[in-house]
Amino acid sequence: MLFEPRWFRWVRWVGLAFFTTIVLLPLYVMATSAAKPLRDVQGEFHWWPTELTLRPFADIWRTIPLGRYFLNSVLVSTAAALCSVLVAVFAAYAISRFRFPGRALFSVTVLSTQMFPGILFLLPLFLIYVNIDQLTGITLYGSRLGLVITYLTFSLPFSIWMLVGYFNSIPRELDEAALVDGAGPVGALLRVVVPVATPGIVAVAIYAFVTAWSEVLFASIMTSEQSRTLPVGLQLYSTQAGVYWNQVMAASLVVSVPVAAGFLMLQRFLVQGLTAGAVK
Amino acid sequence: MADRPGATGAARRAGAGWRRPGLAYLLLLPALALELLVHLVPMAVGVWMSFRELTQFFIRNWSAAPWAGLRNYRVALDVDSAIGASLLRSLWITLAYALLVVAGSWLLGFVAALLLQRPMRSRGLLRTLFLVPYALPAYAAVIAWNFLLQRDNGMLNHLLVDNLHLTDDRAFWLLGDRSFVAVVLVSVWRHWPFAFLIIMAGMQNIPTDLYEAAAIDGAGPGQQIRRVTLPMLRPVNLVLVLVLFLWTFNDFTTPFVLFGAATPDQADLISVHIYQSSFVTWNFGLGSAMSVLLLLFLLLLTTGYLLLTARRRRRAV
Amino acid sequence: MLAGRSGNGVLGVDMRFRKVGATAAAVLLLLPLAACGDDGGGGDGKTLTYWASNQGPSLDEDRKILQPELDKFTQQTGIKVELEVIGWPDLLNRILAATSSGQGPDVLNIGNTWSASLQATGAFLPFESAELDPLGGPTRFLGPSFAATGAAGQPPTSVPLYGLAYGLFYHKRLFAEAGITSPPKNWTEFVAAGKKLTRGDQWGLAVEGASYTENAHHAFIFGQQHGVDLFDGAGKPQFTSQHLVLAVKQYLDFMATDKIVNPSNAEYSTPTQPIGDFAKGKAAMLLWQSNAVSVLAAAGMKPDEYGVAPIPIADPLPPGGKPVNSHVAGINVSVFKNTDNRAGALELVKFLTSSAEQQILNKAYGSLPVVKDAYSDPAFQTPQIKIFQEVLATTAAPLPQVPEESQFETTVGSAMRDLFAKVASGQPVGEPEVAAALEKAQQEMGTGG
Repeated sequence: MLFEPRWFRWVRWVGLAFFTTIVLLPLYVMATSAAKPLRDVQGEFHWWPTELTLRPFADIWRTIPLGRYFLNSVLVSTAAALCSVLVAVFAAYAISRFRFPGRALFSVTVLSTQMFPGILFLLPLFLIYVNIDQLTGITLYGSRLGLVITYLTFSLPFSIWMLVGYFNSIPRELDEAALVDGAGPVGALLRVVVPVATPGIVAVAIYAFVTAWSEVLFASIMTSEQSRTLPVGLQLYSTQAGVYWNQVMAASLVVSVPVAAGFLMLQRFLVQGLTAGAVK
Repeated sequence: MADRPGATGAARRAGAGWRRPGLAYLLLLPALALELLVHLVPMAVGVWMSFRELTQFFIRNWSAAPWAGLRNYRVALDVDSAIGASLLRSLWITLAYALLVVAGSWLLGFVAALLLQRPMRSRGLLRTLFLVPYALPAYAAVIAWNFLLQRDNGMLNHLLVDNLHLTDDRAFWLLGDRSFVAVVLVSVWRHWPFAFLIIMAGMQNIPTDLYEAAAIDGAGPGQQIRRVTLPMLRPVNLVLVLVLFLWTFNDFTTPFVLFGAATPDQADLISVHIYQSSFVTWNFGLGSAMSVLLLLFLLLLTTGYLLLTARRRRRAV
Repeated sequence: MLAGRSGNGVLGVDMRFRKVGATAAAVLLLLPLAACGDDGGGGDGKTLTYWASNQGPSLDEDRKILQPELDKFTQQTGIKVELEVIGWPDLLNRILAATSSGQGPDVLNIGNTWSASLQATGAFLPFESAELDPLGGPTRFLGPSFAATGAAGQPPTSVPLYGLAYGLFYHKRLFAEAGITSPPKNWTEFVAAGKKLTRGDQWGLAVEGASYTENAHHAFIFGQQHGVDLFDGAGKPQFTSQHLVLAVKQYLDFMATDKIVNPSNAEYSTPTQPIGDFAKGKAAMLLWQSNAVSVLAAAGMKPDEYGVAPIPIADPLPPGGKPVNSHVAGINVSVFKNTDNRAGALELVKFLTSSAEQQILNKAYGSLPVVKDAYSDPAFQTPQIKIFQEVLATTAAPLPQVPEESQFETTVGSAMRDLFAKVASGQPVGEPEVAAALEKAQQEMGTGG
């Protein structure tokens, strides 16, 4: 920890005040605008509403099927996060503990997919989903299932990479002891490694959830009215009803609060996960 | 990156359980299958498309689209024509955007982490607060910024013109030259907490006795940062900078949500540029060729970065 | 990739691990499946899916207008219809998705300016006489509207549904306050009136400067008056003509040199913004399509508070100029070739183009019936409607029915959007700048594979 002279205190308070302002200012405008009557947001900006109202929060559920978008987003993001964690734990365990031909190749390939511009595989992926549908009858295009599979893969590279780091930091003696006790490697993973690695796993799950909750590009092409998620629903709404800013702000707040709250509550795990895992 | 030296020795000692590659492959199978389905095969199809004349006339029966050879690439790379020139311009804009956002986010994140290093009463609260921009769903944050940046009814102009009287001119933030400033600003606002989070985690791992030793040598805060903090954070920074760079370079959400269908020329970031070139004009062959070029560019850049940092790391050891 | 390199592969694994792996895989597959049970409804082959474009002030409003009518259709024919109203920013992507996948709606709306572009994809059912005759044949439709249903010489792949035309909307009270007694008839009068109406935070005209479609429509209308053909006989774009430069510049100059448009309008990207300004008395004129009526109503403006006149025509017309003040605007309805219920789909088209439905729907949307027999309704005999009808019948020209039309809208419309942005931020936009922008737009057309 840095050793600080006395004057550094002042630097710190000024600095922290600066950061607090830049973070809070937009949030303040979001929150107050969402509580303004329509006429306040259609004219010049004012810092304080002429009258506080909760009507925008009631109206948004009627102007767009926000409830359905919300439900879709919750289902898709939760399923994507759970599946992503499951897949990533197995894969990371294999990479962390096993030596096998192709190990390095797999790691590099998976990581390099982080680099792929989404645009490059958006249309091909869409066409592949359509073909799968025609061949097997499993509807991936326009369905929540398709989104889940897409999103869980988006968070895989980072999740695997982070968990590999995490697993590497767990002493092998632990799982070896379990192996000696007669558990197989998978048993050792589930009974010994996973409990120890919980912070890392929670961190990865948060990451996967947030990734799915925020994705715009693929959702804009791959959803139908029935499976539409919040990012697209809200974006369409804001472009269509640009003048109802109070409602748009209210909707933005409503969709932010659950995920932001979850994220912030679990940030301790995230920091722990990162400290032990990726950051070494 | 995942291939960590040091683990090999332990593996050799390990029990019989994890010497069987078969099981390893089985454990990898779901991840591999998903990567193939969602990333690798589509990418191969994308490369295939880039050699086809995939326009509106063939989109219905796309597998029959005629062979275009290298024509799409020639068009995309011909910097004397409008298409090539605007792609190149977009590339420069995106590079500038990514560099500014990475630099800005890192700097803010680093300073904030430094200021919050010492335990104090409000530390937990402030840390949570600082993470909020990153915790908000990207599109919600960007939609809010779109509102703040409106010319007539936005908060920023009200603040600058009516409250602070810095200028009399109500500027357009979402049009023209300032749109680039706006998109950088919004992106830094969203990304710096991530840098903050990672750097903070990294700083916690720096042993206190290093600082003690430096303090005993008479080093002030500036020198402690230079001699202890920055060198110790190096491995963290290397990864952080790369991750931030790739995220911002491929960033679609920020410009797309901030500007809608009307991306101004000055903030014409590459992923939106390619989206417009393929989805608006329905010329997917050309769009795919552009994406492949973009991928090659990023591969080159990343490999260069990794080689460079690896060599320096070796020299440093 | 991995299996090829490994010697012993998956077969060398003992049973227990295989079971674990299988369980993992099964959980993997079932989890999302369980979470996403019912999707993609309407698969019984009889139910029709109908994609309606956004016509009213909001998607919800559209649903409220259309659903009762579709229920009526179900009652009459026993065919169920699943309605989805799609916003414009989304519609082209959705049609693209449907076209490339062959999985789409049975019946859908398209903007009639896209007719030829979409026809070229081959994804839509051609209306030959077997399909057209049950609808009453081509002659039942208004001539100009029916001309905008596809490329010349090919069977159309859509039929008109709603007719639209451009008009000049003027704010009666603001006109009276400025002492202007009649709407301007030519551009000199228009600009003079605009200048009188511009004072304080009130402006002469409101435009949707960041919308490429609006810009492109005006490029076409002003271009016609300047004698421009956007495409030559062979369908090649010719955007670089001096006439088009002048036409585009004339439109931009309302903001740049005449200063009768608020520079903020350069930022406007949804119709509700300029129309809202007009409704609130912040702008005195609009050059808009007839369906502005429903948006105005939603913004709280009563029909007797504004008047409608034909858009001015240059007087005298530049050499080669045509007295055109609107494109033949409108919405067409198409049947998707892959429909499993072709007869039902055609039945729905017949229902939507029937005299009774034409009257109900066009009244609700403020648009014009596209079939002659619907005009018997007195609601379509009002002076306002008569003006639009007159424009559509006499001074409207169809946008070029070529496959590249939608690209004309995006390239030229976007170029104008960028020019508006330049004007608004105080940069000079003269003929050279306009010419350069159009040159670039032309190059972006059609090249490449």
